[in-house]
Amino acid sequence: MTITDLTACQLRDALREGRTSAREATDACLAAIERLNPTIKAFLSVDSGAARRRADEIDRSRAAREPLGLLAGIPVAVKDNMCTADGQPTTCASRILAAWRAPYDAHVVERLRAEGAVVLGKTNLDEFAMGSSTENSAFGTTRNPWDTERVPGGSSGGSAAAVAARMAPLALGSDTGGSIRQPASLCGVVGLKPTYGRVSRFGLVAFASSLDQIGPFGRTVADAALLLQATAGHDPRDSTSVSEKDQPVPDYLAHLEEPVRPLRIGVPREFFGAGLDPEVEAVVRAALAVYERLGAKLVEIGLPHSTEFAIATYYIVATSEASSNLARYDGVHYGRRSSDHSGLIDMYMRSRAQGFGDEVKRRIMLGTYALSAGYYDAYYKKALRVRRLIRRDFEEAFARCDCIMGPTSPTAAFPIGQRTAEPLAMYLSDVYTVSANLAAVPGASLPCGFTRAGLPVGLQILSDVFTEDRLLRIARMYERQAEWSGRAPPAAGGAA
Amino acid sequence: MALSREEVLKVATLSRIRLADGDVERFAGQLSAILDYVDKLRRLDTDRVEPLAHALPIQNVLRPDEPRPGLAPDLALGGAPDRAGDFFKVPRVLDEDAGA
Repeated sequence: MTITDLTACQLRDALREGRTSAREATDACLAAIERLNPTIKAFLSVDSGAARRRADEIDRSRAAREPLGLLAGIPVAVKDNMCTADGQPTTCASRILAAWRAPYDAHVVERLRAEGAVVLGKTNLDEFAMGSSTENSAFGTTRNPWDTERVPGGSSGGSAAAVAARMAPLALGSDTGGSIRQPASLCGVVGLKPTYGRVSRFGLVAFASSLDQIGPFGRTVADAALLLQATAGHDPRDSTSVSEKDQPVPDYLAHLEEPVRPLRIGVPREFFGAGLDPEVEAVVRAALAVYERLGAKLVEIGLPHSTEFAIATYYIVATSEASSNLARYDGVHYGRRSSDHSGLIDMYMRSRAQGFGDEVKRRIMLGTYALSAGYYDAYYKKALRVRRLIRRDFEEAFARCDCIMGPTSPTAAFPIGQRTAEPLAMYLSDVYTVSANLAAVPGASLPCGFTRAGLPVGLQILSDVFTEDRLLRIARMYERQAEWSGRAPPAAGGAA
Repeated sequence: MALSREEVLKVATLSRIRLADGDVERFAGQLSAILDYVDKLRRLDTDRVEPLAHALPIQNVLRPDEPRPGLAPDLALGGAPDRAGDFFKVPRVLDEDAGA
């Protein structure tokens, strides 16, 4: 077992016991990145000098018996839509920000640094987090470590692939409609989207402000819990960040091994309907059977507004919010400014035309249309009414069950290029994930098996707001019975 | 819901995105297909359902009206495509002919 095969929790123990050093762990990750990134392209930028310096600092602090943070010496990757003010770029995988340097760290990046993590670099994503495959990156697509002709999912494809391929034990991603959970499922790692407001969005480049959340990727449930612990909590700079008087941050690791009993699992019939790949269904149902053997009760429920209607709602609400959030990219204060314009408005129009990719343009135009005079009531306001119906679906479900389970994604990883011709085909990748963002509930994907072709399948678990501690314990119940985290993708040295 | 060429150009202008001539048809087709899909929301009776902008109750957050340091000028201007001293330089905003 090499050092990059250790989970973050195992690495933490090894560091505390002096069996390895932060420098050794960092060097191992940097070597893996050097070897694998040319193929996988999980990282857009890596600052090896800064990473080594930070690792050395942590090693010195440890030797001097200074107090150390939760993530001391642990290498972490950060999705490139989170501001890092250390000289590394923050591009959002867009040409419009290709040369931009953030003037401040995101709250979560400050937390990583304060807890002693070693930030390795920035990972690839769909441009401005808009996409489900990382194919919308302006700088090339990331490849799935399990089959490099396939997508890693998106929009946090780079972070998911980095963890799956053992380039980093932990990574941060963001999830607006499934962008942590779906790539976690396609790459065979654990990914969690917290309750809206649990983790500060300060310094996360905004896509849809009522939906965006930052969350952890790890190979195990405990690793995801560790990274969530380091990043959760109130931040006065994000006014949607929940107060800790109202919602204190629990200790996510302390009770992780305690099963939840009794456990009622809601199984929505809509999550097992047309469009679900039969192999994926079989693997997910086998996972549900494991829970039944542990004494859990499966309860069939309905979430009548939370699949196709949720996709329709999402592609109105998210695009409307995005049309407003992305108005700031106008070539005035930062980002790319066109050089061939003939006046102010023309400067806006050309800078944005040249700087944004097609998917971003599509979504901005969709949102602008939905909000425009004459259409606002029929589209935007209508979508917000349906959002209330979706929220109610979950309130009613959680009155009858402790969590909801189903497949994270209707299929395993699809081939690169398969869904790029038809935007709608790509949008339907998120059919099981978007409702959680609209309803603000937390959700996680955990690996629960493979297809015959060796592609990972993810089990999605959703729970009520601010119950991440229980969600993690429920996830751990399954993981104890069926450890998938030991299996490595061929790219990272596993059996083909 | 088929968007005409004119409607697409109008939306593009509102979005401040210059579309190349050859792209207008392609975007018109794609946007029309998506709008057709989202039209399914009409099937739902929402006459007695209030819009929900945020799924969890949130309040506006205020702080005392006391000045605090903001972003230092050099940091704020650090990404400026064109800078003149402490100013962002931009093309003329007002027409010479426009009244004061």
